[in-house]
Amino acid sequence: MTNNEQHTPLLSVDHLVTEFSAKGNKSITVVDDVSFTVNPGEIVAIVGESGSGKSITSQSIMGLLKSGGSITNGSIHYQGSNILTLSKKERRQLRGKEMSMIFQEPMSSLNPMLRIKSQIAEALRINQPSKSKRETMDNAIDLLKQVEIPDAEAVANRFPHQLSGGMRQRVMIAIALAGDPKLLIADEPTTALDVTTQAQILALIKDLNKRNGTGVIFITHDLSVVADIADRVLVMYAGKIVESATVYDLFEHPQHPYTIGLMKAMPTLDSQVEELEPISGNAPNLANKPEGCAFYPRCPFATEACLTAVPELRTLEKGHDVRCIHPVKEGVLHEK
Amino acid sequence: MGYLKRSLLQIIPSLLILTLIVFALVYVAGDPVSQMLPENATAEDRAILTEALGLDEPFHIQYLQYLGDMIRGDFGTSYQYQEPALELVTERLAATLTLSLMALSVAIFISIPLGILAALKRNTVIDFLVSGISVVGKAMPNFWIGIMLILFFAVMFPIFPVSGADSPLHFVLPSITLGVALAAEMTRLVRASVLEVIEQEYVQTARSKGQMESIVIGKHVFLNSLIPVVTIIGLQFPQLIGGAIVVETVFSWPGIGRLLLTAIETSDMAVVQAIVFVIALITIVVNLVTDIIYRVLDPRIKYN
Repeated sequence: MTNNEQHTPLLSVDHLVTEFSAKGNKSITVVDDVSFTVNPGEIVAIVGESGSGKSITSQSIMGLLKSGGSITNGSIHYQGSNILTLSKKERRQLRGKEMSMIFQEPMSSLNPMLRIKSQIAEALRINQPSKSKRETMDNAIDLLKQVEIPDAEAVANRFPHQLSGGMRQRVMIAIALAGDPKLLIADEPTTALDVTTQAQILALIKDLNKRNGTGVIFITHDLSVVADIADRVLVMYAGKIVESATVYDLFEHPQHPYTIGLMKAMPTLDSQVEELEPISGNAPNLANKPEGCAFYPRCPFATEACLTAVPELRTLEKGHDVRCIHPVKEGVLHEK
Repeated sequence: MGYLKRSLLQIIPSLLILTLIVFALVYVAGDPVSQMLPENATAEDRAILTEALGLDEPFHIQYLQYLGDMIRGDFGTSYQYQEPALELVTERLAATLTLSLMALSVAIFISIPLGILAALKRNTVIDFLVSGISVVGKAMPNFWIGIMLILFFAVMFPIFPVSGADSPLHFVLPSITLGVALAAEMTRLVRASVLEVIEQEYVQTARSKGQMESIVIGKHVFLNSLIPVVTIIGLQFPQLIGGAIVVETVFSWPGIGRLLLTAIETSDMAVVQAIVFVIALITIVVNLVTDIIYRVLDPRIKYN
């Protein structure tokens, strides 16, 4: 862990359980006993496939769960106080000012009917309602400049459909920064972008993190992005954290077979491997999770024991946790 | 605005085709000679009148004649009233348009709050209640609604007058009668539209700014869900005028609806032609206005 350990973390999620229920159906546990912390100025990446619960984790933190979703256990402490006990209004007041969010689809995350400047101004006015219209507009353009949008004055007057995906994502970041938040949650912010734009957006987020000391939760399914941006990584599978380590540790000594699988499925420039190895099978249906280890059906190292024993998240060494009954460190097993 | 100019120019061929259809229908269906002459008229009398009216000319000559008269504003003379047909129509047009606009307002005032409410309270008792009411509203024929309203609010509890268009009170029952079906249709549409928009990511963006939920709904959800609603209003308005014909009969409303009905009954073809033409013209204008509102609402639609 970092040397901020003695301080109160910016965000501390403890044993978070989020369930979704549709009428008449059994509720589905989408986030299952998730715990982690984010320190000021730290970038924590959450990695996992679609449906692993990473986006729902972030929506739980923001208080933006869609209908049917509810937090049924655990706590979320922001700067030391549990925000789950706050009223709806108090939760709302945290958004924008203390924590804000960037979404995956820059194409759909801006209101198509409003000009860029009024969408940024909306976020500014919520935090500083006393400012004059002129000042707010100036601030909006300043924000656009901060996210390195060329010709900010002109862009401010455009509508979202007149901008490219990368530009829209910059606008989204500008909106997220409007309230000067201490925590930024980026939910797959680069997934919908081409590689060059992706690199620019990543650099921008990293730069804002360094400059303003903003804590960042960076959600992605792409390990190569993680290597680029994160200080610490949580790997999620079927609603649970299966491995948690510093980015260096994770790439050097991955312990969970799922993490290893993700790495083998990742293209690299210098590897000699001709073919990528996908992880066989699909992510489990959360309504019908296998008994024992959730990764068991897809795990090349699985044993009889994995079928029944539900693995706990345990600490292998300081700062490196894994949810596997026989992680790599304790001897590589034979593939099935 | 090149777009507007082009749209206005496009009206001309539409109108030409329209006149052709109206004329052809009357040419095939109407026999004014036997309407105008007594039953015991001789074949000779008939031939004389046919020639006098120019009805012995071939189709295209008669059509061109008709078109020429129309351009001069002459839609022919009503056999029944012995007045220019167009004047008969324009005199009564205001009453029908007012009724239709009032009905549209009724529909808007009912459907938008109910539709939003149903969407926000999706799958609750309120939602099912609203859906149920709108099914009933759509299923009831408007002449029946009219009669029921008269029974309740004019006969049993004499609050509103039944016939005529003399005071604002006179508008209440007819506009409700005419507006209910559209309100029902629009409620379902507003609900569906709000439900679609509320799932959009930009609504989450607005919430993530810390915006109040009421403003999120009012500013981001509602405005965006209006676009399909405008479309349906544009499509339904001519139908509203069609519905007005029935409602006007029930409430003795002095509009073109009743005029059309009597004109059809008496084969007063000049009046029928004039009314059909005017309704079609209104349809075209409403479509144009809808298009313009669309462009104002949605910046993604370009003007050229």
